[in-house]
Amino acid sequence: MLRWELFKLRHQKRTYLGLGASILVPVLFVIAVHLRRSHERGGGFAFSDYVDKSGLAIPLVILLFGAIWLFPLIAALVAGDIFASEDHNGTLKTVLTRSLERWQVFAGKSLAAGTYAVVAILLCGTVGVVAGSLQSGFNPLQSLSGTIVSAPRATELVYFSLLIYLIPIAAIVCIGLLLSTVTHNSAAAVVGTLMASLVFQLLGILPGLGGLQPYLLSTQFNAWQGLLRTPIDWTPIIRAVWICGIYGFVSIFTAFVVFIRRDVAGG
Amino acid sequence: MTAAAAAPVDAAVPIEVRGLVKRYGALTAVAGVDLTVDAGDVYGYLGPNGAGKTTSLRMMLGLIRPTEGTVRLFGRDPMQSVQALEGVAGFVEAPAFYPYLSAQRNLELLAAFDGGGARGRIERALSTVELTGRAFDKVGGYSHGMRQRLGIAAALLREPKLMLLDEPATGLDPGGMRDMRLLITRLAQEGMTVLLSSHLLAEVEELCNRVAIVRSGSIVYEGEISALKRGAGTFYRLRTTDDARALAVCVAQAGVIDVRRARGHLEFTADEPAVALLSQALIESGVLIAELAPQTVTLEDLFFSLTEGDGALAVPAADRAAQAASQLVGPE
Repeated sequence: MLRWELFKLRHQKRTYLGLGASILVPVLFVIAVHLRRSHERGGGFAFSDYVDKSGLAIPLVILLFGAIWLFPLIAALVAGDIFASEDHNGTLKTVLTRSLERWQVFAGKSLAAGTYAVVAILLCGTVGVVAGSLQSGFNPLQSLSGTIVSAPRATELVYFSLLIYLIPIAAIVCIGLLLSTVTHNSAAAVVGTLMASLVFQLLGILPGLGGLQPYLLSTQFNAWQGLLRTPIDWTPIIRAVWICGIYGFVSIFTAFVVFIRRDVAGG
Repeated sequence: MTAAAAAPVDAAVPIEVRGLVKRYGALTAVAGVDLTVDAGDVYGYLGPNGAGKTTSLRMMLGLIRPTEGTVRLFGRDPMQSVQALEGVAGFVEAPAFYPYLSAQRNLELLAAFDGGGARGRIERALSTVELTGRAFDKVGGYSHGMRQRLGIAAALLREPKLMLLDEPATGLDPGGMRDMRLLITRLAQEGMTVLLSSHLLAEVEELCNRVAIVRSGSIVYEGEISALKRGAGTFYRLRTTDDARALAVCVAQAGVIDVRRARGHLEFTADEPAVALLSQALIESGVLIAELAPQTVTLEDLFFSLTEGDGALAVPAADRAAQAASQLVGPE
């Protein structure tokens, strides 16, 4: 089932839209870094001072900014569509009258949406590493604690950061799957997933809601920064695991129950 | 797995539906349907739009959960496990495929879901529905008729013993409808049991041996078409020199029922002896007969009588005659 879901994804334009963005964004970012004038250097955010010194800082800066809408949107493009498009095409009834149990269909689609998100994030990171290294060199990276990390070790940390970043992305995928299952409408599910991500961002900046901050999904997008400290700060990473686990489990369990019990009256 | 999910395909009745109900809030889409489709039947499931045919079919295929009642396909419950669909194939409403994939790829995908030797049957299935030449075209570019045929091909991959087809000829041109009829006839001759939901009455009359006629979610007739038509009796067309007097004679004549004026003639139902006596009575009354000819009751007549009228035509003629006689005699 997973194989055929991935096969279907390979034949859909929206897949390439997301993967294309994963390639294009780091490339555009590197071009912008290359073209900016010297007096514009620095930006006041993590690693902003280092993008000219080490190309390995570039994927990390992209992770920082991509959390707002880029990566949630890329993840939502497929997760929000994967069930709803079956309703749109009317193919759910075709699939469910073959020799597959509903849970198998659900599992295949969920794993395919997850696989796509993993590929998109790793692709973006890899393009960032390569393009960044071409622009600023494959140089040692200064960690958030001020220590210098060798280029090979920094590369390892970049990829571990990408993996940590996949934790909140997985939660976003689960929210997308839920909306796709419930709304039966691809556009509503994609936009709804993105809106959910933006609402978390908004809650994080509203005055008076500071107590919520550690438990917001948006906060977990910064958990990877714990890896870039010396020694590694595991606290935000562990928190991201259980908080995203709750968001993800509640979403995907609800989606599963809805999908298993739903009447396929249209489509 | 329960016993209901594991019954052997060959031993059991292909479709057994009992007390099937589906409600959506206050709306009752299907209201207590009972039907049995035996092996080898080509069974017509007839009803006007909105009568609940498609909802019933969806429940039979396990796509919709019944509010009440049971469905058994070869003795197995499709709501319990998809294994109940072993030996079963078909489609509800228009068959749907992934428009961005070719017919070949769509069938490969469905064959992978089915497992077994389904993949090896793709070429033959495409050939059966005459789509071999377009197999590698994207389904998005297919006409409605081609999709219908592809739907049949997809069903054939499962080597079904029971095929459920929902309006398979809808939207087809006359040639396509003929081809679809021929295909269903051939499948039936090969021993397949077919449940054909349709509102194309001529198609059902030609293809099916048994029917269920649905009205507002309930079955108003279930049985053999021949029995339904036999029960309705033969109605006659009568043209005379004086239709007004002829009408009075007909109404008074024992064994002549359902007398009605039509455009330029009268119509009534009777058996042959009653017609002989009627012709004698007309002549004795000075009414000359210009035409007295038996007319065959079509499934369409019966269908409209059952779904729009009072169903009188579908009541056996003998019963109606007895009813009419008692009305003539009146209360004692």
